[in-house]
Amino acid sequence: MQGQGLLKGLGVTMKNFVRPVHTVQYPDRKVGLLGAAKRAGVSPFRFFADNPREGLKALLFIATVPERVQQAPRFRGNEFTWYEDRCTGCASCAKYCPLGIIKIVTHPGGIDVQEGESYAIDVFDIDIGRCMFCGLCVEACPYDALHMGSQFERGNYVRNDLVIDIEQLRSNLKRPSSWFRPQFEERKFDPFKGETVDDHYKAGRHEQPSPDELKERWVDGRK
Amino acid sequence: MTLKTEPVTINLGPQHPSTHGVFRFRVTFDGEQIADIEPIFGYLHRGSEKLAEERTYAQVVTLTDRMDYVSSMLSNQAYILAVEKLCGIEPSPRGVWLRMIAAELQRIASHMVAIGFLLQDLGTWGTPLTYAMRERESVLEMFEMLCGARITNSYLRPGGVFMDAPVEFLPVLDSFLSALPHRIDELESYLTGNEIIFARTKGVAVLKPEIAINASLTGPMIRASGIDWDLRHRDPYDYYDRVSFKRPLHRAGDNFARYWVRMQEMRECITIIRQCVEQMEPGPVRPSHDDVPYLLRPPVGDAYVAIEGSKGELGFYLVSDGGISPYRCHVRAPSFINLTLLREMLIGTLMGDLFVSFGSVDLNMGEVDR
Repeated sequence: MQGQGLLKGLGVTMKNFVRPVHTVQYPDRKVGLLGAAKRAGVSPFRFFADNPREGLKALLFIATVPERVQQAPRFRGNEFTWYEDRCTGCASCAKYCPLGIIKIVTHPGGIDVQEGESYAIDVFDIDIGRCMFCGLCVEACPYDALHMGSQFERGNYVRNDLVIDIEQLRSNLKRPSSWFRPQFEERKFDPFKGETVDDHYKAGRHEQPSPDELKERWVDGRK
Repeated sequence: MTLKTEPVTINLGPQHPSTHGVFRFRVTFDGEQIADIEPIFGYLHRGSEKLAEERTYAQVVTLTDRMDYVSSMLSNQAYILAVEKLCGIEPSPRGVWLRMIAAELQRIASHMVAIGFLLQDLGTWGTPLTYAMRERESVLEMFEMLCGARITNSYLRPGGVFMDAPVEFLPVLDSFLSALPHRIDELESYLTGNEIIFARTKGVAVLKPEIAINASLTGPMIRASGIDWDLRHRDPYDYYDRVSFKRPLHRAGDNFARYWVRMQEMRECITIIRQCVEQMEPGPVRPSHDDVPYLLRPPVGDAYVAIEGSKGELGFYLVSDGGISPYRCHVRAPSFINLTLLREMLIGTLMGDLFVSFGSVDLNMGEVDR
């Protein structure tokens, strides 16, 4: 029969019409009273009594709640978690960056927890405006000092604001991605649950060298 | 009474929404028929091959992501295989299985894009496109699990992949693979029996097998003309000699055949991935840094490796002078070679079929201009 295939196709469209929606209404989603109360964690009556203005909005379906896509822990975000105590200023990250956007200036005389004597870092600039988030700098870091971040919202009006300097690297919330850092995956660390890893002791290392190995590598080997 | 008409030459493109990527035609229409067509490209030229000459072998992987940006895993694979041949690296088995899984997933995603946009060109106004994109979305989510990025993956490294798959990956992959055949069936019942699609695609822009061979077409384009040419079968790279799969062929060589071959190939991808998952064994995913350091210095020489990309034979030719970066890098881009028959395909067809036929080539301007 002519037109049979066409009707079959329309049937598929109808089937998809009632299926759950895949689209995520980022960044805000309109909710009703039930949805708003559920997000606030209280009963709808309670929600209305506590905040009549918001409750009225929710009744009219114009209240909004923030909504995000679920992301994988290996997501390569843009705010770079950096542990200063671990960094020796070797500039491996700067050498391995395909675009050459990491700038490091050091002077001798710093102290490093892993190796003792090392370089003190004066400048550590990462130009996010040209970064393509390939993660090669993280892969190159021999001391697990640099990690990819987990955030992606960095809209800006001025290009210079996109340069992450050393102060920002120090003060950033430390929510490292598990890209090339299996130690985070082993203990199921999820940067999107609000958890932070504040110092490098908590961060751990994947291949922890034993004290003997360290002595052999850095004391005996240098003689 | 006959109307007197004269040929009209108009420009189509290079705006992105009007054609696939920033491609430009200069078409001469005789009434509604195409009398002459001149393809003009180069609007997306970024000099990737030249940029590769001043980057180390590990850094070039990030450039290959951006060549064919709807199948970056396959570009990665072709480049990495060329580097492995150049340096004589023996890859780790688990890494090879993982990159085969990633490559086949990427083939599904790329064919989904091809089919979705072909139907978009037919004037379906987005409905099948959203269904196709939904399936592609699940693939991209799996890529995010594997390597933290959805499009610009940089997942592969010389000797394997950069990191083992997370523990959640295989269950997600399994549920995706069991759901996908139903989704493909649904898409097919929506489209393959549709009379409008038949009328618009069957017998339009026919490519004869002899012309296809002479123009060295590859991939789904040549298989739609009835030539059994698949590099995974003819010249197996990685572990493709250890998996068995069918090679769907269609004799007609028209737009419908090209659409149909892609549809059937996605089913074969599912069987290949299932075999890969079965044969994969635990172990390291890449050789140790003593064997394969970050800074590779291959011996003087050259290597050419071609793989079966989603669009056709994707080859990388690397020349080494013994230094840390390639002396010369050349890409055999399948989209570019498949474009060469545009004139033979399109002259004599109608104006409305122009973009449908162009879409059925499934080209990617990032790869054509590089």
